[in-house]
Amino acid sequence: MIEIDGLTKRYGDKTAVDGLSFVVQPGVVTGFLGPNGAGKSTTMRMIAGLDRPTSGTVRVNGKHYPHAAAPMAELGILLDARSVHPGLSARNNLLALARTAGIGRRRVDEVIDLAGLAEVAGTRAGGFSLGMGQRLGVAAALLGQPQTVVLDEPVNGLDPDGVRWIRLLLKSLAAEGRTVLVSSHLMSEMAQTATQLIVLGRGQLIAESTVEDFTARATTSAVLVRTPETVRLGQLLAAPGITVMNDGTDLLRVSGTTAEQIGAAAWRAHLPVYELTPTHASLEEAFMQVTQDSIEYHAGATR
Amino acid sequence: MTAITRPGLAPAPTAPAPVTVAGPVTQARVVRAELTKLRGLRSTWWCALTAVVLIVGLGAIIAGSGTPYHVSPGNTAAAGASGALLGVLFAQLVVGVVGVLAFSGEYGTGMIRATLAVVPARLPVLWAKLIVLAGLVLPVTMLCAFAGFFAATAIESSRGGSAITLTDPGVLRTVIGSSLYLTVVVIIGLALGALLRKTAAGLSAFAAVFFVLPIVTEALPHAITGFAPYLPSNAGGELWGLSVTSAHALSPWTGFAVLCGYAVVLTAAAAWRLRRRDA
Repeated sequence: MIEIDGLTKRYGDKTAVDGLSFVVQPGVVTGFLGPNGAGKSTTMRMIAGLDRPTSGTVRVNGKHYPHAAAPMAELGILLDARSVHPGLSARNNLLALARTAGIGRRRVDEVIDLAGLAEVAGTRAGGFSLGMGQRLGVAAALLGQPQTVVLDEPVNGLDPDGVRWIRLLLKSLAAEGRTVLVSSHLMSEMAQTATQLIVLGRGQLIAESTVEDFTARATTSAVLVRTPETVRLGQLLAAPGITVMNDGTDLLRVSGTTAEQIGAAAWRAHLPVYELTPTHASLEEAFMQVTQDSIEYHAGATR
Repeated sequence: MTAITRPGLAPAPTAPAPVTVAGPVTQARVVRAELTKLRGLRSTWWCALTAVVLIVGLGAIIAGSGTPYHVSPGNTAAAGASGALLGVLFAQLVVGVVGVLAFSGEYGTGMIRATLAVVPARLPVLWAKLIVLAGLVLPVTMLCAFAGFFAATAIESSRGGSAITLTDPGVLRTVIGSSLYLTVVVIIGLALGALLRKTAAGLSAFAAVFFVLPIVTEALPHAITGFAPYLPSNAGGELWGLSVTSAHALSPWTGFAVLCGYAVVLTAAAAWRLRRRDA
């Protein structure tokens, strides 16, 4: 379990994480979602005790991680930036970490096999591709069979086979009763693996819910209505909980009600309707909508 | 699974804590981890080989050329031993590089994040590196110093020079001292690497303190070079007889104590920075 309470991190006058509070439960895969620069990696670094919070607390399995007696039994982490020594072989990179917790060669070879690195275990990690480096990082996170696993963008640079491997791995870790927090900036990726979601934007918590609830809440179903009587139909439909938008053409975008009700209402008022189309925003669109205000770097922004 | 988060329901029965192979972090385990890194890096072996060649080889070459060394009131046996160990002057650069790289190499590659994530108490990593490096440099350079001394003096005496032995005054101190000197130098390098984090910065600082400053101060007027004997290389050099300073103001062991003082202060600063700063 990871408990984060009032977590804030400032670098100079820039606030990377701003009063964040949430809990990551064991037994399920929790997705950690947010656009680039939202503070995901910074939060993960604070979970691992690499960065010191400006204020607030982080507890891993109920303890202050830097004081853990057996850190590798508590937390396994894959960070976004590379954290292997290019001059050491994959096996020696893992062995050097394993030694600190008295973990033997057998377990090291086990995670090497698990990560599909058996053939390159003896070669220096400096020559690894992004995908192989990522597999090595995941292997390192799993070394100690930790109760809590934190992976920052694990599918980055992986081939489709590797992506599938990560998905199955995350689910099996959760099924074993471990706490699994995995970050991504892709909603679609999270939808396939995570049960719970924590959504960040500009260092602040935007949403903490199940993937199902998030989708239901955030995906706005709307009905497109084409009518020459946009003003009258709009007035007719107006009610609390119903929004009607018109962009000046003969098209209305109505949310909060169904196509059936709009059609019936128009028929009763004798208003012609040429088109009635229910639409659903995709999960990706829902995510974009939720985080829109918080996206720090708009593509092509020239402001 | 949803029962965990749904209010009003009894929490799901907690699963037994997952099995783990990881034990507690101990200083001995972190030492083993650092040994694994040091052994696994090619640079360690190259540096060790270079140091051996420099200490043993250079002394032998000097002994085999030039006029043979004769012990006299002006040329002590200890000074002859120092001359046989001239290679230490160059080996200290190699040793310093090994020390600096032990930390700056991890910061440069990012491995430090993995290292500190599994040893979040952090200080055991510094102590482990210190133990492993000192444990490598001390025996290796001690062997080299004795081998270099015996080789050089054998060549000298075969060429008609004085037969200098370990029992001559100050000779044993000089031979052992050269190894002790290099051991403290590697610790200073390590501390500089931990403090400055960047390889270029660490090596520059090391070279400036051990090579540039002693030579520059010799060229300066004496009025402002009163501190020269207290420079790390000059103070430490008193123990094994080779220091660049012309003013031998410190006794051998006092000089060595001054060198150790630098190592302690720099290591303390490195420990403080390692604890306080974000990785």
